[in-house]
Amino acid sequence: MQNEHFPSKLLENAVDEFARLPGIGRKTALRMVLHLLRCELSEVEEFGQAIIQLRKEVKHCNVCHNISDTETCSICSNPARDRSVICVVENIRDVMAIENTRQYNGTYHVLGGIISPMDGIGPNNLEIESLIERVKTGEVIEVILALSTTMEGDTTNFYIYKKLKNTDVNLTTIARGVSVGGELEYTDEITLGRSIMNRLNYFDTIK
Amino acid sequence: MHLENLSILNYKNIEQADLEFCSRLNCFFGDNGAGKTNMLDAIYYLSFCKSFFNAIDSLNIRHDTDYFMLKGQYTRKKEKELVSCGYKAGSKKQVKRNRKLYKRLSDHIGLFPLVMISPSDASLILGGSDERRKFIDGVISQFDHRYLESLIRYNRALLQRNNLLKKFAENRTFDHEILSIYDEQLIEHGEKIHKKRQDFLSGIIPVFQHFYAFISGGKENVVLEYNSSLNNTPLREQLAGEVEKDRATQYTNAGIHKDDLTLLLGEYPIKKTGSQGQNKTYLTALKFAQFEYLKNAAGLKPILLLDDIFDKLDSKRVEKIIELVSQDQFGQIFITDTNREHLENIVGRIPTEHKIFRIVDGKLNN
Ligand SMILES: [Zn+2]
Repeated sequence: MQNEHFPSKLLENAVDEFARLPGIGRKTALRMVLHLLRCELSEVEEFGQAIIQLRKEVKHCNVCHNISDTETCSICSNPARDRSVICVVENIRDVMAIENTRQYNGTYHVLGGIISPMDGIGPNNLEIESLIERVKTGEVIEVILALSTTMEGDTTNFYIYKKLKNTDVNLTTIARGVSVGGELEYTDEITLGRSIMNRLNYFDTIK
Repeated sequence: MHLENLSILNYKNIEQADLEFCSRLNCFFGDNGAGKTNMLDAIYYLSFCKSFFNAIDSLNIRHDTDYFMLKGQYTRKKEKELVSCGYKAGSKKQVKRNRKLYKRLSDHIGLFPLVMISPSDASLILGGSDERRKFIDGVISQFDHRYLESLIRYNRALLQRNNLLKKFAENRTFDHEILSIYDEQLIEHGEKIHKKRQDFLSGIIPVFQHFYAFISGGKENVVLEYNSSLNNTPLREQLAGEVEKDRATQYTNAGIHKDDLTLLLGEYPIKKTGSQGQNKTYLTALKFAQFEYLKNAAGLKPILLLDDIFDKLDSKRVEKIIELVSQDQFGQIFITDTNREHLENIVGRIPTEHKIFRIVDGKLNN
């Protein structure tokens, strides 16, 4: 669809916007836009409203930085959760995967990515400093590193380890088979549940 | 190990072919473009799950059709084995061993070891150092998946470290802490890779020397050396010493990504002084040394493919090569040549079992 001619500028604008979404090519974008054109106006208004509201009103938990509707997320504000254990993950999808196992009762810390200079992501672009601060409050006994097993995940783990090695906190990691390059969200629930229960001392894994 | 029969459907210019091979010398002759090299490539495919020439499978399908199918029946360690590779345009290729589909193709690589000697090997001498590293890595990683894993991790860390150096320069910053994490990963994997390359080369160099002397009649002195900055200085020391240079060049200057082979004829680089015949002898001896390495690693004799090997070689050297491969240390061999008489002359003089196939327009024509 390189020499596409749109009879309408409005149509073209909408296609351009959809095509910016990950995994959406221009053909699919056009299909989506044409679908919306066939919908009732009220449906389309709800659709647009949901997206605008999401973007405007979404908050990040002021403790764990997970996406939240409230200042402090439902996990962090739940008195039944064990605040002395923090599980460090890349994003909300990892939180959802671990929550689905129903095996974990601690809290989280969502970094918002992993260190990758080629993508322009350095430690300062991530919630690493806030993690160090949380640990320094003294309430935390254990930090679980549950980042992906990629080179970037390893790099981030090691960076956090260096930042925390002079504290008393126990640094652990979850065991995950041999899935090099595998992401946390793809691990099946039972395996993930088991590894979150049987974690390893991080220092032993890097020797 | 040997390939007993091969059936080909719609592979490159071959519409259909069913071939029965002998366990020693099998020769294909035919005009240029007739398809004899494609026959070798089909055999190559069964061992490596890809074409020697073109990694894009859709381009290996015969014109006006939408799939190809290759099947080979082997005798391997006294067992019968059936390997099949099929590819249909737009879908995932399927490789089966004894009718069982592989989940990961890498599980197949190395089970049916094979060495191909082809005119394109010349890039090992004429090309850049990356060609020579690719050769070393390809041979080692067939039998050592951890080597391959280290290599992937090393290259990824290198890519990120170089990007980090660029970011430092762009933003006029420097963070030793983060740089050192990449250093640790380069050191961990780089030292492992270096050790394995060193072991591999120190094993094959004397074998290479022996083969070169045999084929050339011992009149020429050749050198093959592993050239790595890690031979003398640990990578940790080098990375520490090069920090300022790395920052200035925005690039990692030390490491196994700079490794190379030194190839000399007499005292000079063969790239500059070698004749075509000498280059070919050099490459053949190197590939024969690779053959010996694979044989030891796999515990069986690899299949040897010789594509147009006699071109540019004088008759004495051709004779020596045939004398060599007809010895018991070699197993099943496939040879291509354009000239029937030439082929018959060559193989007629040795007592080794052989079979000759004529290829015309992608068809077997006996
Ligand atoms: Zn929270």
